[in-house]
Amino acid sequence: MSEILVKIKRQDGPKSKSYWEEFKVPLKTNMNVISILMEIQKNPVNAKGQQTVPVVWDCNCLEEVCGACTMVINGVPRQACAALVKDLKQPIVLRPLTKFPVVRDLMVDRNVMFENLKKIQGWIPIDGTYDLGPGPRIAPARRDEAYPIATCMTCGCCMEACPNVNSRTTYIGPAAIAQAKLFNTHPTGAMNKEERLDAVAGDGGIVDCGNAQNCERVCPKLIPLVSIIAEMNRETVFRGFTRWLKGKPQKAAFDEPIG
Amino acid sequence: MKIVIVGGGLAGLLATIRACEKGADVDLISFVPVKRSHSVCAQGGINGAVNTKGEGDSPWNHFDDTLLGGDYLANQPPVLGMCEAAPKIIYLMDRMGVMFTRTGEGLLDFRRFGGTLVHRTAFSGSTTGQQLLYGLDEQVRRWEVEGKVKKYEEWDFLSAVVDEDGTCRGCVAQDMKTMEIRAFPSDAVIMCTGGIGAIFGRTTNSVINTGSPLSSLYQQGVYYANPEMIQVHPTSIPGDDKCRLISEGVRGDGGRLWVPKDGKPWYFMEEWYPAYGNLVSRDVASRGIYKVCRELKMGLDGKDMVYLDVTHLDPEWIEKRQHGVLEIYRKFAGEEPTKVPMKVFPAMHYTMGGMWVDYDQMTNIPGLFAAGECEYQYHGANRLGANSLISCLYGGMVAGDKVLEYGKKLKKNTADVSGKIFEAEVARQKEKADKIYQLNGTENPYKLKDILNEYMTNNVTVIRYEKTMKETDEKIQELMARYKNIGVCDTGGWSNRTAVFIRHLWNMFELSRAITGGALLRKESRGAHYMPEYPDRDDENWLKTIKAKWTPDGPEFSLEDIDLSLIKPRVRRYDVRKDEVMKEEEKEEKKEAAATAEEK
Repeated sequence: MSEILVKIKRQDGPKSKSYWEEFKVPLKTNMNVISILMEIQKNPVNAKGQQTVPVVWDCNCLEEVCGACTMVINGVPRQACAALVKDLKQPIVLRPLTKFPVVRDLMVDRNVMFENLKKIQGWIPIDGTYDLGPGPRIAPARRDEAYPIATCMTCGCCMEACPNVNSRTTYIGPAAIAQAKLFNTHPTGAMNKEERLDAVAGDGGIVDCGNAQNCERVCPKLIPLVSIIAEMNRETVFRGFTRWLKGKPQKAAFDEPIG
Repeated sequence: MKIVIVGGGLAGLLATIRACEKGADVDLISFVPVKRSHSVCAQGGINGAVNTKGEGDSPWNHFDDTLLGGDYLANQPPVLGMCEAAPKIIYLMDRMGVMFTRTGEGLLDFRRFGGTLVHRTAFSGSTTGQQLLYGLDEQVRRWEVEGKVKKYEEWDFLSAVVDEDGTCRGCVAQDMKTMEIRAFPSDAVIMCTGGIGAIFGRTTNSVINTGSPLSSLYQQGVYYANPEMIQVHPTSIPGDDKCRLISEGVRGDGGRLWVPKDGKPWYFMEEWYPAYGNLVSRDVASRGIYKVCRELKMGLDGKDMVYLDVTHLDPEWIEKRQHGVLEIYRKFAGEEPTKVPMKVFPAMHYTMGGMWVDYDQMTNIPGLFAAGECEYQYHGANRLGANSLISCLYGGMVAGDKVLEYGKKLKKNTADVSGKIFEAEVARQKEKADKIYQLNGTENPYKLKDILNEYMTNNVTVIRYEKTMKETDEKIQELMARYKNIGVCDTGGWSNRTAVFIRHLWNMFELSRAITGGALLRKESRGAHYMPEYPDRDDENWLKTIKAKWTPDGPEFSLEDIDLSLIKPRVRRYDVRKDEVMKEEEKEEKKEAAATAEEK
């Protein structure tokens, strides 16, 4: 029976030292990285034949819509569920995302991404959930432009690939900027367009983008992040210019704590 | 008023928003970051009789289809409430910015779904659940910024805290990072914890759907209603880790099921059910595919597989409407579905049964509410496609409203209740958790789950024989004995997912006994429950809700009458249109009336 060789970067806790452990897992048809990790749960023995502790990782839907199982697989940030063994070079090397604090093994804490959605006011400010009739009409073409952005599952691939997301910056990253564009596209969301643009223009915002364009290459949902960021950049510049003409001082968006 | 809401899928998030709007403060506890909840997997759409296609659709027609689809096992008034609210709820989600697919005029588009003859399903490509969930997630984030919601993500619900009068006063949960166990006092709790797919293993469910909270509460005295009603979705791609759903919407958009016969495609569902064709209800479609593969041995290459074909449709058009689903197929099956027909087979998908609730979504423990898939109220013996999203939203909305009415009437607030009940429940849960750490036997918990999955999937899904179900019940009891010989294999005090899994595993066993026991008890065939020994629906004896009550020796069952105050049950047929069935039944009734008149 043939076997798969897997190298996994492990870490017992946020402050523990990391270490590598290798596993040999029996090959079956239709395997993905998730099923490798599931096999290790059922038989937690490493390649040296030593009993070990099952690997901890995040996963839920296993069909690439929840974003949970993102990890670095053979050097590329992607979802473990959609990483099919037959397409991967061996040994398969699994590491946790490096731009987020490790919780344990391959599990990281991506809460910062949800916090960034607060900063850009990532919602439609509806009056309430009572019956107020239908929403605004939207042209199909406009909807089709917005929909891919709406499929962003906050998985963190773009953050991982971006050289400007790192411990020295507060850059909110491509995902949050794209979400600002999503809400600005919606007829109701556009009513607060300026506030979102100010947020995107503020500290840790779009000026931190170095145009490396890695984000779009790793996005599993193929969101056109590069052109979205370029467009948001134009809009924030235009917004800054009109503000300057009107003589209003520009408020730095993240000065005050939110929440 | 302080409320705890457990679960951050559609039901939990809408309940949160409603409660906040009415002034409550909410602690939102979730096993995963709420944006990753299982609602994200729903593909095809959400039902509501908005009637934009000139078909004369109405909430009453939606209600009628839902009852018929569920073989009349649902109490009727709440189902009517849901169907009447559905168009308004779709509009609400539209206002929240959900990017629904549009018509040329910029209006919401609707597609067809199973068990109905009209276009009633609003959709956002084929990722409708994800889009609805995100819409709500965004609104909850807004309330979080307002300071009305505090999220506790990656916490595992352990139990309800019940005072000496039997009233729910909050819950106990565990932080899955620090492993801290603590109480969350509140004036009421709403459970929105979803389904139980993990019991069946490779299903269309997310791996998190173990049903553990439902099971904990069942073991605390909440009734588990219609546990035997398990939906198997007709079309999925079988995989090693899970079965990936191929939406019913694909057939709604024109996809056809077939297998080769005498060198030509045989569209078996269209032949057997001329009126509804490929869009019969799910239980009927799954049995049809089983018949083709198992009974007629006509599955593709002799295997458990049939074609789901969209190759005759305009590729650009179907891509636009089904991109998400087609991408899943491309990625996981490695073939181009617009050129080569997809290969699919049924997989366990949904639980119609769940916590027994009254019309206010309250369980038999006062102050403990439930909404969404974890309760039993809206789908009877079989759920119609695209009714899950609407039932989650409607149930969440009702629960969010009713919980505040309940709070106003409370004679004693939880703030005035002695802290001792919380300390006692925390101590009880800590003791249970410690016992898991002490397991030092030889059994691997994940392997035990595999055995459970195999038995449940083989014997308690599409076709249910008395003999093999009895064997299954015995097997579950054997596994419960073997559980005591588990080796925990991870004794760490930080982010110990194995310990959490072992707790869930026991809870899965408890639910499995209720599911199997309920199925053995119901000696008829109704909706998703099909027993070859009792192939017919038996309204006289079994038009009843089965309620399971937990005891240390296994489930105890009782029966409850169904509220049939609005529609008289009809015979369930999908080979002829329902208006024709109604006409026929009317004629029969007249004949009978005339005959009795003559006799007199």
